Amino acid sequence: MERKIRILIAKPGLDGHDRGAKVIARALRDAGMEVIYTGLRQTPEQIVAAAVQEDVDCIGLSILSGAHMTLFPRVLDLMKEQGLDDVILFGGGIIPDEDVPKLKEVGVAEIFTPGASTQAVIEYLRQHVRSAA
Amino acid sequence: MSTTKNPASGTSEAEASWQEKTLEPTLRKMPERMEQFTTTSLYPIKRLYTPSDLDGIDFDEDVNFPGQFPYTRGIHATGHRGRLWTMRQFAGFGSAFDTNKRFKYLLAHGQTGLSTAFDLPTLMGLDADSPLSEGEVGKCGVAVSSLADMEALFDGIPLEEVTTSMTINAPASMILAMYFVVAEKQGASWRKISGTLQNDILKEFIAQKEWIYPPRPSMQLVIDSFKFCTDEVPRWNFVSVSGYHIREAGSTAIQELAFTLRDGIEYVQWGIDAGMDVDAFAPRISFFFNAHNDFFEEIAKYRAARRIWARVMRDRFGARDPRSWQLRFHTQTAGVTLTAQQPYNNVARVAIQALAGVLGGTQSLHTNSLDETLALPSEHAATIALRTQQIIAHETGVTNTVDPLAGSYFVEKLTSEMEAGALEYIRKIDEMGGMVEAIDRGYPQKEIHEAAYEFQRAMERGEKLVVGVNAYTEVSDESVQPPMLVIDNQTAELQIQRLADLRATRDSDGVARALDLLAAGAAEGRNTMPLLIDCVRAYCTLGEMCDALKAVYGEYQEPDF
Repeated sequence: MERKIRILIAKPGLDGHDRGAKVIARALRDAGMEVIYTGLRQTPEQIVAAAVQEDVDCIGLSILSGAHMTLFPRVLDLMKEQGLDDVILFGGGIIPDEDVPKLKEVGVAEIFTPGASTQAVIEYLRQHVRSAA
Repeated sequence: MSTTKNPASGTSEAEASWQEKTLEPTLRKMPERMEQFTTTSLYPIKRLYTPSDLDGIDFDEDVNFPGQFPYTRGIHATGHRGRLWTMRQFAGFGSAFDTNKRFKYLLAHGQTGLSTAFDLPTLMGLDADSPLSEGEVGKCGVAVSSLADMEALFDGIPLEEVTTSMTINAPASMILAMYFVVAEKQGASWRKISGTLQNDILKEFIAQKEWIYPPRPSMQLVIDSFKFCTDEVPRWNFVSVSGYHIREAGSTAIQELAFTLRDGIEYVQWGIDAGMDVDAFAPRISFFFNAHNDFFEEIAKYRAARRIWARVMRDRFGARDPRSWQLRFHTQTAGVTLTAQQPYNNVARVAIQALAGVLGGTQSLHTNSLDETLALPSEHAATIALRTQQIIAHETGVTNTVDPLAGSYFVEKLTSEMEAGALEYIRKIDEMGGMVEAIDRGYPQKEIHEAAYEFQRAMERGEKLVVGVNAYTEVSDESVQPPMLVIDNQTAELQIQRLADLRATRDSDGVARALDLLAAGAAEGRNTMPLLIDCVRAYCTLGEMCDALKAVYGEYQEPDF
């Protein structure tokens, strides 16, 4: 039997804007995926530790505070340290268009900005997450 | 049988005849665009409202004249004919020096009150040099770590002459103490200064989620500030009970109305339980609502809010002073409706939302800038937002008469439906034992999440269209992007340096003594406000004051709902 896609949805930064993170978590769950939501104000260290512990296929970061250029690279570094090479890092939030290519260059798989549908996220994950044995 | 007073134009008989002879042939020829029409809150709206919709609404009891109980038509007899609303644009970014310049710019351009946005570390009670503040200093608001920053923020602005609103919650008492000490140093009398402190911790647990302490000690801090202001700073509005953030988090209009008013009830109840006379403090409670896209739903919401509050205050709490019955509110247009796509469209959205706030009888208004979904507002965008209010005030004519939509079958009916929906939620929360208990159970949090998810699904099904996002997405000119205000990291460096200088030059024994007295006093249940004011005078930092109380009150961890 095929393993369900396992996703960690995480909310770094000091702000409390968790509407998007919670809506996405719910939509992915309704699409049959296993979702772990970290809650608010998680440090990159906490996020990557949770990803290791939960053995996830991908990590989704929701960032609305403007700190995305600091937080994504730091999470990627920690993922490398922990050997999470086949885990996909994607994200969403208030991220200006000109920052998206820069984030992809350093290894963020995809960025979903406001207006993206939950269906688009679901389809992206179904296509890109390795089919686990 | 309809009891309408004007049988010629709207009896059920006449309506039946209209349906048969006029409506049905039309529907056969041209069906309606949708099966069900709903507001942006997914609330169903009928095809037509008629005099029969006014059944059950008693003009004298439920609507009445403006300035008269239950204030459905407004708290002032003359509406906006007497005085326009206060145009209060929220501002704050970078250092206290940067924001001080923006304040002076706004005052010079006709703004009539100040409104301060603090950065995330300040909102969380953290100093700029805390490791948790990295990357966030001065980004979403102004950084204030001590009295020195507050002095710079209001430098050259006479506090007896302007009113200041401060959007701060978990560390509201500490920031308020700083403001009072700045006034004291300017020689401004505490009895004359006026302004508004948001200080609404309940909606933090419900929606905005910037908390420090658990709900009960947090409420104690709030009540301490109520008492202190009532005695010492009588013109200060010490709480702005806020639906804005509840709505932004995805609630419906009815939920915004219900949870906000139930929060208001909770504050009044705690004040009374603490031994205060309701009429001594209730007139200083104000409210803060969202102005969302659905025009009539918003207007009905404001009218229902006044009616519910008047009755709650008179009948539930036995308040006798009419000022305790009158719901005064600030309005801000809905940030969540702004789109990054085709950002200039936001000017139109903001204008229509602001118009709903004005027609709903708001006392003050913030209009969002077109670029706020991308970054903090640029000066140009902020000016257009202010000009939008001035156009409504001086060009549209909507201020010529009081509550012009009263008597509309639709608006009166919708007002009553909003009221009924909110009262049902209030009853449920009463049954749970109050808002603090409801928060413990995650009740309002879950209701809001449910509504946010439903709206998202309706949008994805194409039932709700957002121009530029899921409809009309063709962009004629990709280069049309507004200029953006960027806060560099220099702000943080300067702020951290200033803080290091402060820590090196202040009387550290005095700081330690003031903090010890604060913690000891809080543990004994003494009013924290005078203790905080002494800490501020000694130049204790925000983080130091908040930490001293963490040792007494503990820290909040959100349960998993």
